[in-house]
Amino acid sequence: MPDEAFISILDVSKHFGPVKAVDRVSINIAQGEFFALLGPSGCGKTTLLRMLAGFEAPTLGEIYIDDQPTASMPPYQRPVNMVFQNYAIFPHLNVYQNIAFGLRKEKLSRSDLDARVNEALALIKLEGYGTRGANELSGGQRQRVALARALIKRPKVLLLDEPLGALDKKLREQMQIELRQLQKSVGITFVFVTHDQEEALTMSDRIAVMSEGHVLEIGSPEGLYERPRTRFVADFIGTMNFFEGRVRAREGGKIAVDAERVGEVQVPADDYDFNAGDTVVVALRPENIRMRPGRPDLTANMAHGTMSNAAYLGDRAHIYVQTEGSEQPILVAMQNLDGAASSATHGERSVALQWSEQAVLLLRPE
Amino acid sequence: MNVRVSRAKMGWLGLYAATYLTFIYLPVLLLPVFSFNDAIYVAFPIKGFTLKWWEEMVAHEGMLQSLRNSLKVGVAVSIISTVFGVLAAKAFTRYRMPGSRALTGFFSIPLVIPLIILGIALLTVLTTVGVSLSLYTIMLGHVVICVPFAMFIMISRLEGFDQSVEEAAQDLGETPWMTFWRVTFPLALPGIMASMLLTFTISFDEFLLAFFLAGDQLTLPIYIWGQLRFPKKLPSVLALGSAILLATTILVTVAMMFVRRKGD
Amino acid sequence: MKEQTLHAAEAGSPPGGLREGVRRAFLRHEWLRAYTLVSPTLILLIVAMAAPIGVLVGLSLWTQSGMEFDRTLTLANYETFFGKKIYPLVLWRSIQISALVAFATVLLAYPLAYFIAFHVQRHKMVWLILITLPFWTSYLLRVFAWKLILGYNGVVNSGLTTLGLIEQPLEFILYNVTAVVITLAHAWAAFAILPIYVSLEKIDRSLIDAAHDLGEGPVMTFLRVTLPLSMPGVIAATLLVFIPTVGDYVTPKLVGGTTGIMIGNLIQSAFGRGANWPMGAAIAVISMLMVTLAVCVFLGGVKGLKKLLA
Repeated sequence: MPDEAFISILDVSKHFGPVKAVDRVSINIAQGEFFALLGPSGCGKTTLLRMLAGFEAPTLGEIYIDDQPTASMPPYQRPVNMVFQNYAIFPHLNVYQNIAFGLRKEKLSRSDLDARVNEALALIKLEGYGTRGANELSGGQRQRVALARALIKRPKVLLLDEPLGALDKKLREQMQIELRQLQKSVGITFVFVTHDQEEALTMSDRIAVMSEGHVLEIGSPEGLYERPRTRFVADFIGTMNFFEGRVRAREGGKIAVDAERVGEVQVPADDYDFNAGDTVVVALRPENIRMRPGRPDLTANMAHGTMSNAAYLGDRAHIYVQTEGSEQPILVAMQNLDGAASSATHGERSVALQWSEQAVLLLRPE
Repeated sequence: MNVRVSRAKMGWLGLYAATYLTFIYLPVLLLPVFSFNDAIYVAFPIKGFTLKWWEEMVAHEGMLQSLRNSLKVGVAVSIISTVFGVLAAKAFTRYRMPGSRALTGFFSIPLVIPLIILGIALLTVLTTVGVSLSLYTIMLGHVVICVPFAMFIMISRLEGFDQSVEEAAQDLGETPWMTFWRVTFPLALPGIMASMLLTFTISFDEFLLAFFLAGDQLTLPIYIWGQLRFPKKLPSVLALGSAILLATTILVTVAMMFVRRKGD
Repeated sequence: MKEQTLHAAEAGSPPGGLREGVRRAFLRHEWLRAYTLVSPTLILLIVAMAAPIGVLVGLSLWTQSGMEFDRTLTLANYETFFGKKIYPLVLWRSIQISALVAFATVLLAYPLAYFIAFHVQRHKMVWLILITLPFWTSYLLRVFAWKLILGYNGVVNSGLTTLGLIEQPLEFILYNVTAVVITLAHAWAAFAILPIYVSLEKIDRSLIDAAHDLGEGPVMTFLRVTLPLSMPGVIAATLLVFIPTVGDYVTPKLVGGTTGIMIGNLIQSAFGRGANWPMGAAIAVISMLMVTLAVCVFLGGVKGLKKLLA
């Protein structure tokens, strides 16, 4: 176990009857890290978070927090606090009482308590809101109160269960930045559950991508986006074109693949251990494909087709290119530099596609 | 056009509702009428106004004793069955438990079992074991029939607020015990009040079961049952019944005004 | 240190001994916590309901000889039950009366529940309280009140006499089955209204709008949407009235006369002055089985009806 592992999840499973909600998961999280558990709903990420908080007991395996085994530690003895998905603001208490809720045991004097709560109110920029009732708060304010209520306990780890899910888009983007800054300033380890890959990419130091109870990959946002090792992760994070293929040859530092729809694809061989005859999946990000009008002669890493459809998104456009003999279009993303996207969507319908060797990813078929 | 149709429907239904209320209230309102009637026999025609039945009621030691017994039993039953009901409701609403469907079914049996059968069954066991009949045996029987009412009221109340607030309290360092007092109890309080009121009423008025389980100490319904055979005592029994109706009417009205005010 | 605790846990002897072991088990197993919470109720209902009914079944297999029980197991009481015409007859009549009461109560209660759920806008609580208030008076006195209404010098007779419609008070309106049915239907009204009201209130109003939108008029909307969705309440109301009334012995005794006797009266007298407990137990057991059978038939009928309509 690496020394810096502050939270160690060791081979943990959680079974609900016949359902394996979490299946043999191992994760190490370092102190001060902003760590995201990312996956579609039902992937087990929330169950894992609830096991960290102590609301669920692992069926198998063990979780250590700050070198302490947690199996016999009830939620109220753990050095972790949680921001709940719906915030779980106590409806019968006002803002002040909500934030001070967890301080009862510290037996602070009235003035100390006031100081602590006011400090927390300042941290979340809700000074003067202490006497507001729980039902008089907006979604964003509830989220801040939930955050202050947890942080005032000075936990070693803060757990956040889809904390931005209930907010509208603008507020969500603003809170992403604020949360990130807050985490840096308090220096607490954050473990964060989300199904929103963009949110995970924006905020986290590292991300664990989960699916059907398993952790598929753990890595930095850049690593997972640019070098995913599984088709699921490649597909779940960002957008990706996939082409089934077979390795034709491995020679001269290159791997040559025959792929459906895009013909011959060449990739630097250093990164892969595929050999001739292996079936592979070729993955290409839409923004790594360049498009120009016309119908040139084809070499490796090129394809041509006809534009079938275009979605104008303002800052960029998504263009669907149909290749001969295939129903499934190739998605090309084009930056809207100086109106390039809008003119492209109205331009020539017969187009050539081209990409660099470095842009291509080879994945094992699943 | 549509409005007119629904107005007409509302009219017919409203008329029906009024008739129904008359049907419900007519027999009940006869009780106070005869409690003021200056005649021993409870029958028409009405003779004249008197307060002597009410005076007799207030002076009637046996009746007042049985009233006290009923209050005792009712209060004890409402507390015990509400506590049991809260615990069971917490288990059903907050935990995954195997066999919870079968258990809910089992716990609802007292709602539908003919009380005479429960009564003779309990009587048989109690006499076999050698427990002498008393107010405690009545309490036992009443708790059995009241627990499901308490439980279902509490289940619907506990389902009414999100379990995550209880988890949040534990997450913030409170033990389950303190979590109950600081979060669950205040949020469940309306349900607890409703449960205590209802179970008290059921116990206070219960006769079919108590009849078999009573020892020397009588509860009010058993006492009234005895008096129904003696026409002379009947008018003062009616006075007592009217007094109880009046008291509950006031209580319920006040309670409702209180709830209303709080709701605003 | 970490390894040690791991090993200890695997060996099944958690550090800290038994108390710690129990604590760990509670943390680990939700069902353990859940069953601890339901245990008071569970134990109570086993000890004070299930076991006594078991004992009752046992008792029905004994016989009474003088003041003592003859403890040889025998079906003699059951033979007596089916040998004498009176027992099956009264049981069958009781079930009929209760079924009629349940049917009438539910039928009368439905429009009222519907009225409160759909037409009362602002004072639903007031209506609900108005309906439940009369039931706060003593059950016995409510039943007795019907004697005052239906009796020889009762409201009905004095009313009719005053109006000159009859010369002599009618005697046939009290002490018969009809009186029992009316009295029970009155006494149990709240048990029918409340479940039906709750199930109507729960119906999402947009479903009714949707039915109108899809071209159904008010009547068909009621038959195709509202009524089916309120069926759980109707079924609950029927059972909540039917089952308990079968065992009532107060109402028949007060207003039923000789023709209105119900099975509860026979059981009660076997446990009272008649003092043949084993026989009473046998009547009770047979009644329970028959009521259960009747409920099954009813639920089966409802299910069949649903299939037929679907």
